[in-house]
Amino acid sequence: MSELVFTNVTVRFGHHTAVDDVSLTVPAGQVMGLVGESGSGKSTLAATAVGLRKPTSGHIRADGKVQMVFQDPYSSLDPRMSIGNSIAEAMPRGTDKKAEVARLLELVNLDPGRATALPARLSGGQRQRVALARALAGHPRVVIADEITSALDVSVQGAVLNLVRDLQRQLGLSMLFISHNLAVVRYVSDRIAVMKAGRIVEEGPAGQVLEDPQHEYTRELLAAAPRRHTRLEAS
Amino acid sequence: MTGWAPFARRRALRFLTSLWVLVTAAFLMIHLIPGDPVRESLGLAAPPDLVAARRAALGLEDPLPVQYWHYLTGLFRGEFGTSLISGTPVASLIGDRLPATVQLAVLAFLVVVAVAVPVGVVMAVLTKGGRRRGGELAFTSTSVVLAAIPEFLLAVGLVGLFAVQLGLFPVAGNDAAGSWVLPVLALAIGPAAVLARIVRVELLSVLGNDYVRTARAKRLPARLVYVRHALPNAVTATLTLGGMMLAALVAGTVLVENVFAWPGLGSTIVGSIQQKDYPAVQGIVLVYGAGVLLVNLVVDVVLALLDPRSTIREA
Amino acid sequence: MRRLTVLRSPVGAASAVLLTILLALAIFAPLLWGDRAAAINTDALQQGPSADHLLGTDQLGRDIFFRVLVATRLTIGLALLATVIGVATGLVLGSVPSVLPRWAARIVTSAVNIAVAFPGLLLALFFAVIFGTGTIGAALAIAFAITPSFARLTQTLTASVSGRDFIAAARVCGVGRFRLLTRHVLPNIAEPLVINATLAAGSALTAFAGLSFLGIGVQAPSYDWGRLLGEGLNRIYISPAPALGPAVAVVLAGLAFNLFGEAAAAGHRQRSHRAATLAPKTTSAPADAGLLTVRNLHVSFPGGITPVRGVSFTVHKGEMIGVVGESGSGKSLTALAVSRLVEHPGTVTADTLEFNGKPLDRTPDRELGTRLAMVFQDPTTSFNPTKRIGRQIAEVSEVHQGLGRGAAARKAVDRLDAVRIPEPERRAKQYPHEFSGGMRQRAMIAMGLMGEPQLVIADEPTTALDVTVQREVLKLLARIRQDRSAAVLLISHDITVVAQTCDRVLVMYAGRIVEELPTDELFTAARHPYTTALLKAVPDLDTDRDAPLAVIPGRPPEPGEIGRGCPFAPRCPLADDQCRTEEPELTTHRQDHRVACWKSETELAGVR
Repeated sequence: MSELVFTNVTVRFGHHTAVDDVSLTVPAGQVMGLVGESGSGKSTLAATAVGLRKPTSGHIRADGKVQMVFQDPYSSLDPRMSIGNSIAEAMPRGTDKKAEVARLLELVNLDPGRATALPARLSGGQRQRVALARALAGHPRVVIADEITSALDVSVQGAVLNLVRDLQRQLGLSMLFISHNLAVVRYVSDRIAVMKAGRIVEEGPAGQVLEDPQHEYTRELLAAAPRRHTRLEAS
Repeated sequence: MTGWAPFARRRALRFLTSLWVLVTAAFLMIHLIPGDPVRESLGLAAPPDLVAARRAALGLEDPLPVQYWHYLTGLFRGEFGTSLISGTPVASLIGDRLPATVQLAVLAFLVVVAVAVPVGVVMAVLTKGGRRRGGELAFTSTSVVLAAIPEFLLAVGLVGLFAVQLGLFPVAGNDAAGSWVLPVLALAIGPAAVLARIVRVELLSVLGNDYVRTARAKRLPARLVYVRHALPNAVTATLTLGGMMLAALVAGTVLVENVFAWPGLGSTIVGSIQQKDYPAVQGIVLVYGAGVLLVNLVVDVVLALLDPRSTIREA
Repeated sequence: MRRLTVLRSPVGAASAVLLTILLALAIFAPLLWGDRAAAINTDALQQGPSADHLLGTDQLGRDIFFRVLVATRLTIGLALLATVIGVATGLVLGSVPSVLPRWAARIVTSAVNIAVAFPGLLLALFFAVIFGTGTIGAALAIAFAITPSFARLTQTLTASVSGRDFIAAARVCGVGRFRLLTRHVLPNIAEPLVINATLAAGSALTAFAGLSFLGIGVQAPSYDWGRLLGEGLNRIYISPAPALGPAVAVVLAGLAFNLFGEAAAAGHRQRSHRAATLAPKTTSAPADAGLLTVRNLHVSFPGGITPVRGVSFTVHKGEMIGVVGESGSGKSLTALAVSRLVEHPGTVTADTLEFNGKPLDRTPDRELGTRLAMVFQDPTTSFNPTKRIGRQIAEVSEVHQGLGRGAAARKAVDRLDAVRIPEPERRAKQYPHEFSGGMRQRAMIAMGLMGEPQLVIADEPTTALDVTVQREVLKLLARIRQDRSAAVLLISHDITVVAQTCDRVLVMYAGRIVEELPTDELFTAARHPYTTALLKAVPDLDTDRDAPLAVIPGRPPEPGEIGRGCPFAPRCPLADDQCRTEEPELTTHRQDHRVACWKSETELAGVR
């Protein structure tokens, strides 16, 4: 079990501050949901946790390895590399790569016989499973999922969400689950953080944030999220 | 227009940097030549005191930074040095020869635009959405073939056919009006073929854009969709690629002038290279290079005028 | 495999043959005819073409035809040498920035950027001066003239690949910079690089010929095609053949390289077509008069792909209808077809396609332009980036309502105000990139309001927007419907959005409507297994967090993959032999409720 802790993290691009003094703890073995609209800085925050971007100030601490699953499964797998090799690349030296690839593919409900296939032969949902398997190959303690279902068809996204939840519980992973979709975040998260204009405006247990939102913006997001049984009136 | 001031500053800075690199490269050219440029130029038989005198006259005995300083200040005064062969100032040589080259390049450029743009547009309209596959194939292969023929070969071919066989135009020189026809054609045909193809491809890709669909959803007449919405956007893309081609056209004058003994800079530079008249080569390379930089600058400014985003995109 | 596709096109095959001949000549010609090409004959100086000497003789009486053949080796060899040096240097300069420290990378990049602005010939002349005239000097000059453009190409390609997520993913996995370059970046840019190297070889060949022709390339007694050409040109008055011979050789060789490169590039771009499938026959539902009446609509593309296969529905005046479906369901093409915007090579057929009681293809543009408004998915790309927003909106009234420029502009400002864009006068003068996404979508709706819209077709109007903005746009559509009694056809992949805003829902799957029902009944009385599965698979804010989400196995079929039977059968828990062999038609189940499914009410109740 290990935590992921952001302490006073700030990221600036020139004059623009993408992440503004964020402190956030993903508790060990739990899922922290991070919601916010485009440009709120949530993906930039994720990039600092895996070292894809250096924070301008502040620091990030994780006990154990951090891995990441990306939004677009059509772009996150090298089109010229078999899925088995893509997964094996992430493994520590000295692993029995073939057996481990088969085990991981099985874990994400894919036929291990497809290890030699190129990503082009797979559907979007299957590719996202491969991306998950690759993330797990490095034996991470913390996994960051950045909008992993938003590029998928709605009928496929449910299966990926179920898989994420199962794997997280089974392996005791700590997880930062990022999405713009409040309903999706609600479904997988133990705690929820709301991000706006680079800052975390509210953070707490999922039930509490959703039922008794404290910040104005959280209330606005909740009101805007489409609901099945409420009619939208003309403005 | 918020982007203009930073755009102008950035673009001016880039022009000046490139110009400085060009000037420095031209200066260093003489020093990069293995051996002594004066000895190379005058030949092994030249008496040592003549060589020494020439070296002193060229300032080659000074330390490099001093020479560089003299070179830069000289350029500001419009001095390009003195020819090793004729002993005349290179500046006056360039002054004599430059107009003929500029006239040739500008005329060829006008012909390129006048031919390529209408042909490209017509071909785009005719072959839109995979219509007339045969026409498309004929057009594409013709333009590939024409573009693959280097301008000096085209020049030789044109001379062989129209000047020698048919005797319609003069073989060389720029005295009579008729003597312009072949050099301009030789220079223009290749770029026109390439540009027509670019215009067609760009226009077709613009026609696939969402905002063209919006224009069609407004039920604008086809003419307005093309003229008002598609063409201006195709022009910006075309100009970006066309600008490089225009620069290449400037360089193409070197070869074409040599075929037609055109009294411009191009025939002069080749003679100077062969005679190892380094100051002259240096000066002419500088003029050509500056010409290319100027063309690029003009293209970028025109682009910025046509497309409000390009002032931002530049960054 | 890829190399073979090049050969399959006629141009590619022809150029490959030409290249093979050139290569053979380069290897064998000097061995076979080297002596004849060098033989001096003082009896036959400077002759014209004859049976003995096909292209005549030169000033020493040597046979020009054989000299051209023998010169193939030097010409091709030098061109390839220059290309290899130039491409290799360019490749290094273009790819080292990704492994260098940042300041060094910047110096290399800007040097390349400055150098690439100068035409190759100018660079070649510059280097020819430095390296001196002669074979080696010219080869190096041409090599370095190729270098900047190749370095730039490598940089651009590398940058485009580096921006993709699989590079980031590999970095997160701890893959080093060097392995990243060799295993992930280079393999993904190799193909365009090889194509461009082929094209570069063509230009190196002609450029070399140019330098030799000018007398600053190959020097006597060596000779290449350029040098032979230069010699021939001096006597072109007397006899054109000695000049035209080598000229033709240069052109043919240059063409061979160029065409081969072009054919390879064309093969690279080509997309494969899918297998043909047959669309089932559909009986048309009884036509009842509506604002938009669609019966048995098909949209097909060459290659037998039919993404819309017999769609029938009616939109009544003032009604808000939602069309739900996943990617590939044909919902967007249906929207384009009913607004007459499907372009060649797509073809639209229908038994009935009527707007306002008139066949759509006979409705004048003026009427469509003012009565039918469109809102597209991506407001960022749907406006012309080079024109001011106000102008683009005003255009409708200038063209269809005969308003002058000033009056139309005033009306546009008024409409921007109507969709609640603050400071409409100032905003009208701005360009699209100065608007936020939500504002652009409002402006798009304002454009539709320039006329008197009776129908607004909105194709995924909120997919590209944030949820808070999405709600505002949906509310705006609802208000337009209320205030102007316009009907709205809302296309969306999000069943929750449709449920929230529409009166009736059409569910599309694999190019057909599989269910049509009132929104009120969606959660209680939906019958089609696809509709019910979709409702359970998509979480909303009321979903039970402790139960797993319902899963629909497999994925929706692509338009080319639809075979016999119900297209949902492979994913359906109830599917039997009939489902797999016969496609069910959309039949009326009860008032306002149509379903395309073989299963009875009781069978379906089991899975609901």
